Amino acid sequence: MKRLVRHHLFWPLAVWAALLLFNLLYSPDFFSIVVRNGHLYGSLIDILNFGAPLILVALGMTVVIATEGIDLSVGSVVAISGAMACLWISKGADQNSPGLAFAAIGLAVLLSLALGLWNGLLVSGAGIQPIIATLILMVAGRGIAQLITSGQIITISSKPYSYIGTGSLAALPFSIFVVAAMFGIAALLTRRTALGLFIESVGNNPRASRLIGIRSRVVLISVYVFSGLCAGIAGLILSSNVASADGNNAGLWYELDAILAVVIGGTSLNGGRFYLTGTVIGALIIQTLTTTIYVIGVPPEITLVVKAFVVLVVCLIQSETFRNKIAERWRTRHYPAEREVTRHA
Amino acid sequence: MLNRKYLPVIVTVGLFLLMFAAGSLRYDGFFSFQVILNLLIDNAYLLITAVGMTFVIVSGGIDLSVGSMIALTTMVSASLVQEHGWPPGVVIPLVLCMGSAFGWLMGAIIHYFKIQPFIVTLAGMFLARGLCYVISLNTITIDNPFYTTMAQTKVRLPGGDTVSISVIIALVVVIAALYLAHYTRFGRSVYAIGGSEQSALLMGLPIARTKILVYTFSGFCSSLAGVVFTFYMLSGYGLHAVGTELDTIAAVVIGGTLLTGGVGFVAGTFFGVLIQGVIQTIISFEGTLSSWWTKIVIGLLLFLFILLQRLLSAKGRQAVRT
Amino acid sequence: MQDNEPILQMTGIHKRFPGVTALSGVSFRLFPGEVHALMGENGAGKSTLIKVLTGVYSIDEGTVTLGGSKVAARSPLEAQALGISTVYQEVNLCPNLTVAENVFVGREPRRFGRILWKEMNRKATELLRERLHLDIDVTLPLQDYSVAVQQLVAIARALNISSKVLILDEPTSSLDRGEVEQLFRVMRKLKQEGLAILFVTHFLDQVYEISDRITILRNGEFVGEYPAADLPRLELVSRMIGKEVELLERRIRGEASAADRTIPVAAAKGLGRKGAIEPFDLAIHQGEVVGLAGLLGSGRTEAARLFFGADRSDQGRLELSGAEATSISPRSALDKGIAFCSENRKTEGIIEDLTVRENIILALQATRGWFRAISRKRQDEIALEYIRLLNINPPDPEQLIRNLSGGNQQKVILARWLLTQPKLLILDEPTRGIDIGAKAEIQKLVMTLSERGMAFLFISSELEEVLRVSDRIAVLRDRRIVKEIAEPDINQQNVMQAIAGG
Repeated sequence: MKRLVRHHLFWPLAVWAALLLFNLLYSPDFFSIVVRNGHLYGSLIDILNFGAPLILVALGMTVVIATEGIDLSVGSVVAISGAMACLWISKGADQNSPGLAFAAIGLAVLLSLALGLWNGLLVSGAGIQPIIATLILMVAGRGIAQLITSGQIITISSKPYSYIGTGSLAALPFSIFVVAAMFGIAALLTRRTALGLFIESVGNNPRASRLIGIRSRVVLISVYVFSGLCAGIAGLILSSNVASADGNNAGLWYELDAILAVVIGGTSLNGGRFYLTGTVIGALIIQTLTTTIYVIGVPPEITLVVKAFVVLVVCLIQSETFRNKIAERWRTRHYPAEREVTRHA
Repeated sequence: MLNRKYLPVIVTVGLFLLMFAAGSLRYDGFFSFQVILNLLIDNAYLLITAVGMTFVIVSGGIDLSVGSMIALTTMVSASLVQEHGWPPGVVIPLVLCMGSAFGWLMGAIIHYFKIQPFIVTLAGMFLARGLCYVISLNTITIDNPFYTTMAQTKVRLPGGDTVSISVIIALVVVIAALYLAHYTRFGRSVYAIGGSEQSALLMGLPIARTKILVYTFSGFCSSLAGVVFTFYMLSGYGLHAVGTELDTIAAVVIGGTLLTGGVGFVAGTFFGVLIQGVIQTIISFEGTLSSWWTKIVIGLLLFLFILLQRLLSAKGRQAVRT
Repeated sequence: MQDNEPILQMTGIHKRFPGVTALSGVSFRLFPGEVHALMGENGAGKSTLIKVLTGVYSIDEGTVTLGGSKVAARSPLEAQALGISTVYQEVNLCPNLTVAENVFVGREPRRFGRILWKEMNRKATELLRERLHLDIDVTLPLQDYSVAVQQLVAIARALNISSKVLILDEPTSSLDRGEVEQLFRVMRKLKQEGLAILFVTHFLDQVYEISDRITILRNGEFVGEYPAADLPRLELVSRMIGKEVELLERRIRGEASAADRTIPVAAAKGLGRKGAIEPFDLAIHQGEVVGLAGLLGSGRTEAARLFFGADRSDQGRLELSGAEATSISPRSALDKGIAFCSENRKTEGIIEDLTVRENIILALQATRGWFRAISRKRQDEIALEYIRLLNINPPDPEQLIRNLSGGNQQKVILARWLLTQPKLLILDEPTRGIDIGAKAEIQKLVMTLSERGMAFLFISSELEEVLRVSDRIAVLRDRRIVKEIAEPDINQQNVMQAIAGG
């Protein structure tokens, strides 16, 4: 039992289960999945489908956070990638041509890779703190996205392009497969090779990692590039979903939701150990929460209040200090430094 | 040696003068005292917020909740004054207390539970924004005579130029903050904590009180900024001041404050805000440039200043070695 | 000195942590006008005692009296207010504040709540000049000064609080000889002024140079209190470690060692780095242990780091197995069979969050690149093998390394480097801060492996240790290699003379 509670997935899963249970009690047909026109429909499918972009962004964020970094620019990259793809398609002669859609996707992906590379170079090359380095692109990126769309909302009607966000494969939304593929790639790269170990090592102790002979520069650049790629693909899904690009609002607050998902998933903001599965569950929790609030019939804007409490509760649960404080409730004396040091004694 | 410490601020002031000069050469009617005053009028709320943020960042933290706090203040003010008919004389102190209490709470959580400021204030940001919508999903327009008077009153300066009351409030805040930062124990403790929290603890400085007060002060500043913003907009709305936290952080950084904590100047922040204002003004004078260029230019400036800080701190380390 | 009353008296102090009794029934007393050394091995309870005294920890049992009245400080601040000030090993001041502020912060001279900067600067200048003989510009940030000056500023801060008791917790670990002298001058002066000084250090010489009395702790228990003059060194050491000092035999190198002495594994030719180490020549051959002796700050570490590319050299060249190695980095050094075990175990050695197994295989994995992962099965085998070989405790490869004791962490790091099968292993203070048993094991390991052909560059603050393991000793002084001593001239006398110079 104790080992079960200690497992890193225990708390995220417990929270998610509680949320789902609440939904089940509130609306008994929450779990029902129906087949219509060969497609599966149901709240669970919706959560997976609508949660896809967030899961993607959060996956990228996980490896960045594991290196003791943070990528604030993902929301802007989401907007830029969607804007670029839609602009390209809107300029094309035949919007329905698959070639055009592929070119647009390729272009957007290349661009988001380049933006990730920019972040990576600032962090590893110039040695700027990640939160600051990515703040630059977060601020400027919104402007760039609006520059691409000329401040307008670009609407497109491209069948091949809309497949990414709205199409379905084997009765399931296509976006789920995109997420699964990216998750598979990430898991394979980090757990089947030594990349994951290197990321954790660099995140935990960069100086020692250098002396161990790990090329931390390469590790850092690759995590930011990966994060850029994830955000870019998420941008494609989002813009394809609504068949339009909005430089101003696409991907707004995604960085925060993604960080939240990562933290809920059990990865510490201090770098080191990271949990991809935890992150996916974290993102699903956030999406379920949004859906739940929608189901209850509360205005969706109020999700923010609930999110605020979720952030706090999750962080408090994960905070060792908090748990110790509860445990040491009865010890009356206050020696602030003691608890901290006790761990090392 | 002292020059090195002040260099970022000197660069900031120089940059402001340069931009202002460039604007004056290029556009007619740009070179006037009133243009500078207008910068202050339009950015009074940003200035007040940025002053609070300076303290937070110098202490080694960050406060993401400021924009939402401004929105919440406008919303609460508008709701109480307009829908419940409370007198402004009660509402304004009340919202200021609310902002301070909010900041205090975040500070207490940050300090006592040792959770990153980034995350706690993120929760604060969600909460404040969400509470706006709990009050109302729509804009509440204010036509209370006190608020309209505050919005319209122009204070005439010798020379004929005018400023709004908000500007005077903002300048008082700046001066008070300058004093607070450099001439009080609280201010110096903030710098000490930003330099090394561990050392500050062992030096016997009141860490808990100082850290919590820093966030309380930032909460106070952002709610005061919210009051000023209410004067400016004459409405309460949940979407007011979206993204202000970024503008604020940018202004503080451009003003020469190190995001790593320990180094920073209120005076620098003042010019950081003015630089943002000048960029906006130049872009509006240019006419053909769209507003998103502001973001791109600010991003660029952030980049340059962060790079400058990097270079300076690298040089600083060399100086110690020799 | 003994006639007067002790200013500080601690009696029957008990302190327990979950699972550990850190102090049991410890007593300690301190008289005004004395320097009292607190001695003990790691884990003896020195730092716990100090933390109890300064209010960082609570006391489970026992009493503390200061100037005759019972006190119980509940925070460093309260302790300071009572007159107990501490200067820690790592200077605990704020590098971004000015020198004057660091002396005064928290108790700045004020009028109506306004800090009087001019008065503060003037007072700080006076204080530093008159009591510490330190004449510096107090308006500069502290970070512009050397560690030694920072330490003196820390003492100035303590004095300014008009302290009765000054605790110096390993203040000399990062000072060079001249700086230590400066500190000792200050300590003697303060002693004469009637201050009671509690001094913690690992350096025996310094204990005898400055202390009047010595209190020894062992395993959290009080061993005894002695006048320094009446306690011979050997006895001090034996009381500290609780058994007769087993002097390890100096290695006797057989002529038969199959080492290849023609081409050195690594040779520095005019290698140097400005501000760190003057250009030097040094060759290390297969199966040879080359010791670097010298005082802290003499350039030992700096020289060693150049061999590994941990720092970049800006003069001369480095030859590895006869081939020139240009612009070497840790990564390329590893590829060429050089490994480096840094003196900073915590910041440059262990990866705290990872397990023992992961810490062991990291370097080998790094040389293989990220793509060719070592299989989990192989990792387990390797980890268990080295845990057994080096006697790592607890013998659990999945234990997080941060839960291990310092000595065992050091062994894990050694395992990490040994696994890469280096031709040359650079050990910078491999035995610092670890218990005597682990120390002996590590020394033995160096000797065994060198007999099998591995070359070592061995650095230690403890001269006996260097003498014991080295075939050849390069002596450094003032960032310069001043002498190379080989058999049969290796003995304490010769090395000391070279270190002292003149």
